[in-house]
Amino acid sequence: MKLVMEKRSETPISLMLISPMIAVALTMISAAIMFALLGKDPVAALQTYFLDPLSDSWGLQEVAVKATPLVLIAVGLAVCYRAKVWNIGAEGQFLFGAMAGGYVAIITHGSTQGPWLLPVMLLMGAMAGACFALIPALLRTRFGANEILTSLMLVYVAELLLDYLVRGPWRDPAGFNMPNSVMFEPEATLPLLMAGGRLNIGTPIMIAVVLGFMLLMGRTLKGFEIRLVGEAPRAARFAGFSETGLVITVFMISGALAGLAGVLEAAGTVKQLQPGISPGYGFTAIIVAFLGRLNPIGCLFAGIFIAITFIGGENAQIMLRLPLDATRVLQGLLLFFVLVCDSLLLYRFRLLRGAAA
Amino acid sequence: MTLFEAIILTIITASTPLLIAAIGELVVERAGVLNLGVEGMMVIGAAAGIAAAITTGSSSFGVLVAVLAGMALSLVFAALVLGLAANQVAAGLALAILGLGLSGVIGAPFVGVQRAGIGKIEIPWLSEIPFLGPLLFRQDPFVYASIALVVAVWWFLTKSRAGLVLRAVGENHAAAHALGYPVRRIRLLAILFGGGCAGLAGAYMSLVYTPFWTSGMTAGRGWIALAIVVFASWLPFRAMLGAYLFGALTILQLHAQSAGVPLPSQFLAALPYLITILVLVLIMRARRGGAAGPASLGVPFVPDR
Repeated sequence: MKLVMEKRSETPISLMLISPMIAVALTMISAAIMFALLGKDPVAALQTYFLDPLSDSWGLQEVAVKATPLVLIAVGLAVCYRAKVWNIGAEGQFLFGAMAGGYVAIITHGSTQGPWLLPVMLLMGAMAGACFALIPALLRTRFGANEILTSLMLVYVAELLLDYLVRGPWRDPAGFNMPNSVMFEPEATLPLLMAGGRLNIGTPIMIAVVLGFMLLMGRTLKGFEIRLVGEAPRAARFAGFSETGLVITVFMISGALAGLAGVLEAAGTVKQLQPGISPGYGFTAIIVAFLGRLNPIGCLFAGIFIAITFIGGENAQIMLRLPLDATRVLQGLLLFFVLVCDSLLLYRFRLLRGAAA
Repeated sequence: MTLFEAIILTIITASTPLLIAAIGELVVERAGVLNLGVEGMMVIGAAAGIAAAITTGSSSFGVLVAVLAGMALSLVFAALVLGLAANQVAAGLALAILGLGLSGVIGAPFVGVQRAGIGKIEIPWLSEIPFLGPLLFRQDPFVYASIALVVAVWWFLTKSRAGLVLRAVGENHAAAHALGYPVRRIRLLAILFGGGCAGLAGAYMSLVYTPFWTSGMTAGRGWIALAIVVFASWLPFRAMLGAYLFGALTILQLHAQSAGVPLPSQFLAALPYLITILVLVLIMRARRGGAAGPASLGVPFVPDR
């Protein structure tokens, strides 16, 4: 008996919709096993992880706040990965965006500014993210240096730079030597959607970006070019699309979105610069991008799901004393199962009996 | 011992985990598989190794468990990329994330537990040679093992028939398959070897280098090991050169910090990463038009009937 794989000529649409859900279900089963091994009641733990965050308005707002940066970054990464360009340094681009936007807020601190301040901050953040992403892009197109390694190394550089800035030149002079900047002025923080809530205008911006990228990828020539280069590089070359230009474009797009996410996080949720500004959003967004099947709308749903596990993980740490790293395990498992299900989409598996195969 | 000797000694200890992880990944990549999860396998080796060593009180048992943990994680990767022909980049990233998370869960009960590191082996008589003696013949077992690994891998890849087959699989898996070589079985063994090496490198981190556990203690060394493989042009002895260069850099950066170089410590700490990028660029520039790694590297393989 022998298991063989055959490439599918066409993937049924029902399978494409169902496969991420199978991945989620498999993750939950493995999670239950892990919780049981850690000596916790699996049912209670699953409930804390996946249901409790959705049970009240506070939890729902919190999920939206966490999903915003994840989805923004993932939509950009999805564009990159569609073109088979591997930007895994979104974490660094996120931090760079936060630093650039935060810089504007810090130098204008203590003086009254007009309504132009916030748009300038967001623009600076997106531009800084794009510029930081340009480094691995140029190193690949000019010298052929592997973008996976260079973009990742730059994450460490960005982390250290932020650490230096908030301990050195940008430290709050009245902050008791704590490594953080001044608290941003009210004008330099994102307006809330509802008084007393946590939801700010970052979330509608994120939804607008998702809709914009749906149009870009589905309806424009540029979107077609990106998909073609990823799926059929030879055909793309014959069609006269430039690979160099494309690598630079997709890197800058994803860098800009990561940078925007960074400045939104700094101005919306944290309201200052500090070393722990990101709980690994840039890396988690990689999972979001794959779980969302590299599709903007898919990334939106995937981002919401991953945000639920973030909030659920924090709750589980407090209420069940589960280690916070358990959330990371869940997220890693999820990416695994997503890849397994992807293979089921691409190939048909058949058992052949006997040696006659 | 002079300061110079001390510096050389610390460079050797800083380089050894990089070398062990890089030599494992080198074999994997020579077989045509790109496993980006070195960081994950290394950190799980570090966590499982120290957990086993503390629980049983035996360092050698800890090392064994670390190697097995690295191999177990690499087996998951193998199932994905060999069994299901999944995207190797994504599967490797999943491995890195999963390894970091799992190691945190495994290591949580052992945070802050101090234990004595593994001692050095002194080779009688030879270690008495002034200067060279302590450097070459008074090291911990891992250092000897890493050198032996380099020589063994070099011999295997260039002198043995099995190594030739492995390279053939990495260069052109379709041709190797047509000749009747079991492509997926060979790749599975290579991936397991890489996982074992990464686990061993992790054990070195938690049992010798900093003999206690902190979450995420490998701090990007797995990624640097990947860069070393590219730097080495997939050649074992050059990987050794690369690992020692990076090790030297890390140590000299620390000495520069303590010597009070008028630069912020964060800039010095960023140097190894920046120089990794620089080296990658220089090596690719120098290699323009030349060979750029095994031809089938990272391409999924599905056997036809």
